[in-house]
Amino acid sequence: MIFTDYLFYLFSSILVLASLRVITANNPVYSALSLVLAFFSAAGIWLLLHAEFLAIALVLVYVGAVMVLFLFVVMMLDINIEALRQRFWSYFPVALLIALLFIFEIYLVVTDKFFSSSDPAGIPLEKSNTHSIGSVLYTDYLLPFQVAAVILLVAIISAIVLTMYGKKSHKAIDPKDQIKVNRNDRVRVVKMKSEKKK
Amino acid sequence: MQDFFSQFFSPDVALTLSYLFKIILIVVPVMISVAYLTYFERRVIGFMQSRIGPNRVGYFGLLQPIADALKLMFKEIVLPSKSNNFLFFLAPLLSIAPALAAWAVIPFDYEMVLADINAGLLYVLAMTSIAVYGVIIAGWASNSKYAFLGSLRSAAQIVSYEIAMGFTLVGVLMCANSLNLGDIVIAQEGGISQWYCWPLFPLFVIYFISAVAETNRAPFDVAEGESEIVAGFHVEYSGMAFALFFLAEYANMILVSILAVIMFLGGWLSPVSFIPDGMFWLIIKVAFVLFCFLWLRATFPRYRYDQIMRLGWKVFIPLTLVWIIFVGAMMQTSYAGYFH
Repeated sequence: MIFTDYLFYLFSSILVLASLRVITANNPVYSALSLVLAFFSAAGIWLLLHAEFLAIALVLVYVGAVMVLFLFVVMMLDINIEALRQRFWSYFPVALLIALLFIFEIYLVVTDKFFSSSDPAGIPLEKSNTHSIGSVLYTDYLLPFQVAAVILLVAIISAIVLTMYGKKSHKAIDPKDQIKVNRNDRVRVVKMKSEKKK
Repeated sequence: MQDFFSQFFSPDVALTLSYLFKIILIVVPVMISVAYLTYFERRVIGFMQSRIGPNRVGYFGLLQPIADALKLMFKEIVLPSKSNNFLFFLAPLLSIAPALAAWAVIPFDYEMVLADINAGLLYVLAMTSIAVYGVIIAGWASNSKYAFLGSLRSAAQIVSYEIAMGFTLVGVLMCANSLNLGDIVIAQEGGISQWYCWPLFPLFVIYFISAVAETNRAPFDVAEGESEIVAGFHVEYSGMAFALFFLAEYANMILVSILAVIMFLGGWLSPVSFIPDGMFWLIIKVAFVLFCFLWLRATFPRYRYDQIMRLGWKVFIPLTLVWIIFVGAMMQTSYAGYFH
């Protein structure tokens, strides 16, 4: 075994343990933080495969942005674990179905029946990782890439529209009105004659 | 370096030792600069406000940072009741580690870089973006309302300004055709007129302001706004744990300044041809950018939180997008030479 093999086993064992913690931890904040650790380990494994762009993008997007917002929400939740446990068995069949489906999908990928895969670490790249991904993405896969971008745009717009409906209960001030304010709207100078002492 | 160590050790050990030595060569000067940046800040703001600032310990107060560090080291670390012990102590480490790790790819001169990786710019961006975990975890683990409010503010602010910052970097890499920080500097060779701060001037300004917001410095320091939420996310920390947050904040300040210099101000390159290039140019430029940070702090009052969010999302992000499209369009015309 060479040094990178040891690194691979280190990263994979951390990845497996962290993923287990995501679903077993009692505290949702711990779950979210374990997921962050799992992302890091996955990025490490990708680095071993010379996929530096993907590894750094994983850290940048998922760890740096998505999980931060996740934590943001999870920290403000007041979750009663006991109350959740009581309904465990009513959700169990659905969860089992999804788990089986997922295991089947992983089986398809791993056993190499439908997805032909070659050893990615064995192919030396002529140019840098970023350059290769970019040139493939914007030539061969231009249309799927654009379609994905449009779907994301629709998702963004719908998320924003969802927050606009409903009762307006916030007290936010319109910045346009604030900028237009001038001195006369706020201050009234009252001129008075000084009174004489009696 | 490696040759020197290989006289005494086997090649693997020599390689490890030489890298360790290089890491120390980077981290120790960074830590010293952090210490003296605090002194510089107090003196500069002192003079700007017609005060003297620290001038008692050593000549002109030059030993003040060392006295402060010693004081913090010997202070007791207080653990708040019902706080989460493990996360409480993990948070300062999570904030200092990325602040130092990002220095691995910073080039100081030709060939003078610890890890010359292709995606250096992305790596730095990733490291600065995970620094927010220290802040969030600190706020949550402290079990304090002020700390929690501070960490929520900070998380939203850093995530918002990261987008604008990322887009300004897109402009730079379009011009330089590379994500490698050394290549970005070399692409700006040929005097002050070739620096990217001219063709990308709006992006330069936006980068600088976003950098101030990203490091939670005044006038965007609502995460620790003293008048509203005491000290924000680190209100429950004392002693060395607090010192780590402090070190991380200043190390991040120096980091974003050095990035600004590398991407927009020509890194170690000399502005005029009759003075040679060298690391001293990098140091002078970084010192100037840091001075601007302090200047801003002494000049402007704190932004209101909703104004910060508005500035980030409704002003900076559209502006950067427009300028990126403009740069892309200009590159197809006969003016393309100005943008390379």
